[in-house]
Amino acid sequence: MPLSDFQPVIGLEVHAQLLTNSKIFCACSTEFGAAPNHNTCPVCLGLPGVLPVLNARVVEFAIRAGLALECTVKKTSVWSRKNYFYPDLPKGYQVTQYDQPICEHGKLSIDTPEGEKVVRILRIHMEEDAGKSVHDASAKESLVDLNRAGVPLLEIVSEPDLRSADEAVEYLKALRDVLVYLGVNDGNLEEGSFRCDANVSVMRKGATVYGQRVELKNINSFRFIKQAIEYEVARQVDVLESGGKVDQETRLFDANRGETRSMRSKEEAHDYRYFPEPDLPPLHVTDAQLDEVAQSLPELPRAKLTRFTSQYGLPEYDARILCAERPLADYFEAVAQHFKDYKKLANWFLGELLRLLKDEGGSITTLRFTTVQFANLLGAVEQGKISANAGKDVFGEMFRTGKEPEAIIAEKGLAQVSDVGAIEAVVDEVLGKNAGEVEKYKAGKKQIYGFFVGQVMKAMKGKGNPALVNELLKKKLGE
Amino acid sequence: MQPTELTLLELAEKLAAREVTSLEVTQACLSRIAQVDGKVKAFLRLDESGALAAAEASDARRGKGNPLGPLDGVPVAVKDIFLTEGVETTCASRILQGFHPPYDATTVRLLKEAGMPILGKLNQDEFAMGSSNETSACGPCHNPWDVTRTPGGSSGGSAAALAAREVFGTLGTDTGGSIRQPAAFTNTVGLKPTYGRVSRFGVIAFASSLDVPGPLARTVGDVAALLQVLARHDPRDSTSVPVEVPDYSADLEHGVAGLKLGVPREYFTEGMDPEVEAAVREALKVYESLGATLVDVSLPHTKYALATYYLIAPAEASSNLARYDGVRYGLRARDAKGLKEMYGLSRDQGFGPEVKRRIMLGTYALSAGYYDAYYLKAQKVRTLIREDFNRAFQQVDALVSPTSPVPAFKLGEKVEDPLSMYLMDVFTLPCNLAGLPGLSLPGGFTKGGLPIGLQLMGRPFDEAKLLRIGRAFEREHDFVRRQAPL
Amino acid sequence: MKLTVEQVRHVATLARLSLTPEEEERYAEQLSAVLEAVALLEELDVSEVEPTSHATLTSSLPREDVTRPSLPPEKALANAPARVGTSFAVPKILE
Repeated sequence: MPLSDFQPVIGLEVHAQLLTNSKIFCACSTEFGAAPNHNTCPVCLGLPGVLPVLNARVVEFAIRAGLALECTVKKTSVWSRKNYFYPDLPKGYQVTQYDQPICEHGKLSIDTPEGEKVVRILRIHMEEDAGKSVHDASAKESLVDLNRAGVPLLEIVSEPDLRSADEAVEYLKALRDVLVYLGVNDGNLEEGSFRCDANVSVMRKGATVYGQRVELKNINSFRFIKQAIEYEVARQVDVLESGGKVDQETRLFDANRGETRSMRSKEEAHDYRYFPEPDLPPLHVTDAQLDEVAQSLPELPRAKLTRFTSQYGLPEYDARILCAERPLADYFEAVAQHFKDYKKLANWFLGELLRLLKDEGGSITTLRFTTVQFANLLGAVEQGKISANAGKDVFGEMFRTGKEPEAIIAEKGLAQVSDVGAIEAVVDEVLGKNAGEVEKYKAGKKQIYGFFVGQVMKAMKGKGNPALVNELLKKKLGE
Repeated sequence: MQPTELTLLELAEKLAAREVTSLEVTQACLSRIAQVDGKVKAFLRLDESGALAAAEASDARRGKGNPLGPLDGVPVAVKDIFLTEGVETTCASRILQGFHPPYDATTVRLLKEAGMPILGKLNQDEFAMGSSNETSACGPCHNPWDVTRTPGGSSGGSAAALAAREVFGTLGTDTGGSIRQPAAFTNTVGLKPTYGRVSRFGVIAFASSLDVPGPLARTVGDVAALLQVLARHDPRDSTSVPVEVPDYSADLEHGVAGLKLGVPREYFTEGMDPEVEAAVREALKVYESLGATLVDVSLPHTKYALATYYLIAPAEASSNLARYDGVRYGLRARDAKGLKEMYGLSRDQGFGPEVKRRIMLGTYALSAGYYDAYYLKAQKVRTLIREDFNRAFQQVDALVSPTSPVPAFKLGEKVEDPLSMYLMDVFTLPCNLAGLPGLSLPGGFTKGGLPIGLQLMGRPFDEAKLLRIGRAFEREHDFVRRQAPL
Repeated sequence: MKLTVEQVRHVATLARLSLTPEEEERYAEQLSAVLEAVALLEELDVSEVEPTSHATLTSSLPREDVTRPSLPPEKALANAPARVGTSFAVPKILE
């Protein structure tokens, strides 16, 4: 039976690091990249006698994510301890939420070739991250750095609603966009601040019972997620095809080999012995708190995309690029206040602005020119004061120096000549000097028309208004 | 009269009157310790230089007329379960030998901020798991009233040091009776405050939902004065409750006339030492004569408290003690091959038998397949026990009972029989399960001269009334003046 | 409820305690005795009772998201049994 007779079933667990200043249960910095154990204190080192004190912003961020993903935010949720031994887990337990998480039953829409699909979210809960163990291949020791211990995470668990690696990737991108839009996560897969585990199983098409699922860990890019899931689906199908049975296990994705491999089997099954964390009373969320967060929710990526296509009449392609990041979308809307040809404006964003940002660096929030200056430049091009090409030069100069577009135009002498008399004089002169070519043209050698345009523009140092030059040339040539 | 024979409040008065200096008194304590602690073994460690420096600083403040508070200069000592910055803190366990904390427990900080020199760290059961101070990895503490007997536990050193007149006040912790039972065994006063009244930050955790730090001293007034220093909302402890702190000395002498005292019938059972029962019955008569009304009450789930406690406390302990893994501090087994062996050997060598027993029991009670039958069930019975108390307190102001069913027993008598040892806590641990305040105070002596403890239990955050009721009885006797025959 | 030595061994593994055979025997016996005693709870019907997991249900006051200085690394590592640089060192972790 071929692969196509099987239906992959995928659920994703995302761990998103929250963009707080301090850790979840202590006041140490969450800053990335400090020297080992420089961001630690008695609490996150798990010294004897320490107690956790909850960071209020973690709760706010969890509610934000919960509302954005259309979850039910629970009035009361409970902290639990998950007990296991590992050198980078300082207390021998992780403080997390277990049977009573803060958010439940949400959803997220994604695009598939068959159209929009709603993926159900099972739960969202808050927890503390563990530290980092570094295994040096040559040494007999592993080194433990607890800077990351206690950094706040949201765990977002989807229902097993995804049916292909592509859908999984779409879901992750959509989820990342939402979290980044909400300002709760930086969406950085490589640095590990947005991590994903996948639960993958396969069943024969038409079956109603899911197959045995396998947990895939250690996937840190969208490309790898696709690879890992596709590899794993094929592997499971192979196992079933050859009459075997898929084992419940955890497998690691090896990016170098592009395959998943079984983690060394545990000597004993996991038994995390969850129980309510006695050091933290149950968490209560009030209606007032919910309202406050709801009021402050930004427009989400999908809603913004729809609005950009309807309100500005933009093609979906343009709208998608503009809405990919909230600051870019906001900036577009700011300039659009002053320049109403939205499609042209979008062209400038997609063409010039993004190119400059990419080539010369900088960010949308630190541009040197104002929205009004941007709109003025576009107006000048629109009105034919300068050519489109000159406009790009001016824009580049504005980008680098922040000078007024009018000043740059004057400085560089880029203003276009739109004076009919002046252009007519040059056209006459050019045609007079090239009487032979004019004869040939009139005799039917139409392809040398461009030569006349070139000569006129050259004589005008490129500043002739192209539309007028064309119009007068054609008139004089008897067209 | 030796200065060490003064009560804490008497000393505070003399310090205020400049009749004695903190340095003199601190030195007197240190010489008393040198003289008798070889027999008592209440102290695991002294911090002589720290205490003397604090005493000198206190005298300097007194000299300038700006003491930090009424107890400025009064020497105290703390159970080794309290973290003391820079001073070794082991919780009487091998696994923490050599551990020097980088911070002070909130309670220790409060004592320091009140100007009180801290003489050192007191003996206890290892990780507070025990009722006789015999599980201490540093050897048992002895009862000053009879050094062949236990001073009780787990805060044995905190009680024995007071009875031996080595210090004026101490800190202990009470998870199932660990302040009150040692107080009862040594003719001292010990208060387990309401859960959430005194910060647990910096106190090594045994069972987090039950542990409460509290003061011990020789008189009810002394305990009230110490509670005044310790009772505080602590933003570092999420279970610390931000309720107002009353003046604990204000009503102390107001007596018991008009108060209703409940006598829980389940606390007068067979198996109780007849002399203990007689002393408590006598105390009840005294209260009646002072104008209190005695009310017969029932706490029907009392008999389940022990089983409930011995599931909840070990379960929490098994998790709390997971951090002692030899990675960041504490004992690490030498020559372990690989990580797993390092864990297993370090913990096996570092923990004593009782601690391991409780870790095993707690791990089992939480493990897959047993959680509902053991841990969850115990939490539900805990609710029933709380409700018993709630009903009783609708009728009465406080409950009166013996602290312990027996007076101090012989060292070695129960070590090999965990169950009979656990039974020693039968009257004290319901308070912990319900989170209520409990006070033990001297209630008399057996014919053989062993102290008997009287226990008062109160409504949440009603420590002031317990102290007032305790003081009313204390005034009628000279028990607190009696000295152990050391 | 009688605990077998195998069960004791499993629990000891979960708790990371390397027990000697004598300890395993002794704990099997002693823990069985305790479990027998706690079996007393079986006579209570608590199906309608809410569990008490905290001594106080007061909602804690959360902390503002403000950083405070961490421990100097020398203090953080002062009690470490083994270290390399400012990292804690442990026997090599094999997955």
